[in-house]
Amino acid sequence: MELFQYPYMQRALIGALIIGLAAPALGIYLVQRRLALIGDGVGHVALTGVGAGLLLNRSPVLVAVIVATLGAIGIELVRSRGRTSGDLALALLFYGGIAGGVMLVGLSDSTSSNLNAYLFGSLTTISPADLTTIAVLGAAILVTMIALRPALFAVSHDEEYARVSGLPVRTLNMLIAVATAVTVTIAMRAVGVLLISALMVVPVATAQQVTRGFRSTMTAAMALGLFAAGSGVWVAANADTAPGASVVLMAIASFLVVALAAGAWRVLRRRTTPTAVPAPEPHEVVLR
Amino acid sequence: MKPPVITVEHGAVGYDGRPVLRDVSLRVTAGEVVAVLGANGSGKSTLVRAVLGLVPLTGGSVTLFDRPLRRFRQWERVGYVPQRLGAGGGVPATVREVVASGRLARRGFLRPPGAADRAAVDLALRAVGLADRAGDPVATLSGGQQQRTLIARALAGRPELLVLDEPTAGVDAASQEAFAGALREFVADGGTVLLVAHELGPLRPVISRAIVVHEGGICHDGSVPEPAGHHAEPDHDHVHPHCPDEPARLWSI
Repeated sequence: MELFQYPYMQRALIGALIIGLAAPALGIYLVQRRLALIGDGVGHVALTGVGAGLLLNRSPVLVAVIVATLGAIGIELVRSRGRTSGDLALALLFYGGIAGGVMLVGLSDSTSSNLNAYLFGSLTTISPADLTTIAVLGAAILVTMIALRPALFAVSHDEEYARVSGLPVRTLNMLIAVATAVTVTIAMRAVGVLLISALMVVPVATAQQVTRGFRSTMTAAMALGLFAAGSGVWVAANADTAPGASVVLMAIASFLVVALAAGAWRVLRRRTTPTAVPAPEPHEVVLR
Repeated sequence: MKPPVITVEHGAVGYDGRPVLRDVSLRVTAGEVVAVLGANGSGKSTLVRAVLGLVPLTGGSVTLFDRPLRRFRQWERVGYVPQRLGAGGGVPATVREVVASGRLARRGFLRPPGAADRAAVDLALRAVGLADRAGDPVATLSGGQQQRTLIARALAGRPELLVLDEPTAGVDAASQEAFAGALREFVADGGTVLLVAHELGPLRPVISRAIVVHEGGICHDGSVPEPAGHHAEPDHDHVHPHCPDEPARLWSI
């Protein structure tokens, strides 16, 4: 535990906890609209921003926020048009993003370890200024996702109904896209571009195995994200493993534990309660 | 003359250049219950979706509550019931959470729900007979109960106009009855209804006027057409409306 007396470890822990809480709060909307992997795509695009920032000697995180936001808006435009070629357009954006990032980082005079820090995260090198950025943006994401839950739920659940309700559907979709870009870039320092999606999606996947409603799923996913971040950093500090990977592995471990427990619970309940076969609906036509 | 609720003038809709509706005119006044009938692919669903602005018009105009659709903002006056609940990405949602979405138009999306919203959701759940399932995930409900959830969502907003797209398609008899009851109550309180249907079933007594869509145009506007041929037999309650110029074999097979 004495490792956590060092300020850099404290910053690592606080940063991870904020991201662990904010990422699933956004991720639940992405999962609900079947865009679970969008964070991954936006992460790829953000890498180009990192490369551009390093090349231009500007803050890589700041440039990454801008580039990732543009990428996320582009993806949202492709999605809302609903074209069949959307799939391919997304692929172009993803691989263009990561190739551009690798190339630009190579052109700048930073070392390959610098690229690794963004690909897989580098929690222990978070500066006090970085932590402030993570805290402010993370809190903004969290407040928006919770305060606008009824509207964001309606848009993600049934977009046409939301339109007939007079909701600003396009604005809310853009809000989710921009929030994705911001979450990806602040989580980039913690778990890295290649592992960000896991923190947005895996806690939601874990929670929804045992929950009955949207609100309870969101709460449980945030708690699970917090747990994965805290325990992951703790494991990393004690076993000297990569923090980003440890956080993601803790999230996946909780998924497996909950999945097994929920499965066992269902089997047990089926044995103890008499088989409750749902009553078939009556025929709608007269059979002769 | 009662005030007009829906007015469509020379409405036309096309998908990718293929016309689905051509020159459709329709007028629904307050308190009317209008059924839009027609065969599959006749354009009846497209007509109600165009009325709500879910598909763009390629010609003509739609007016809701005396206001052109483009400038219509009073969506709390409209309740929409789609054909079915979207599957979503698998995130569970309770019946109550889905029905509560129906309050957004009236409350505004920036304001958190209050006591009035909860009371309206309770009332809507009771109206469709789902009060005891409020806390259950919608995915565990039968098709008919899911359809009732969607009707409760529309009713929760206390609309003046209900627009329903095939609300009873593939719905069990118990749910059809519950649904007809909720609709009768809504109409008795002065509500206006536009509904797309393939079969009317227990809704038939509630309908005040029927419109038959055929090949993108309206070919009948008036009383509910009588079923014909073997469709008229007592144990068959499908309404397959005919158009005068329609080849008879379409229906007689």
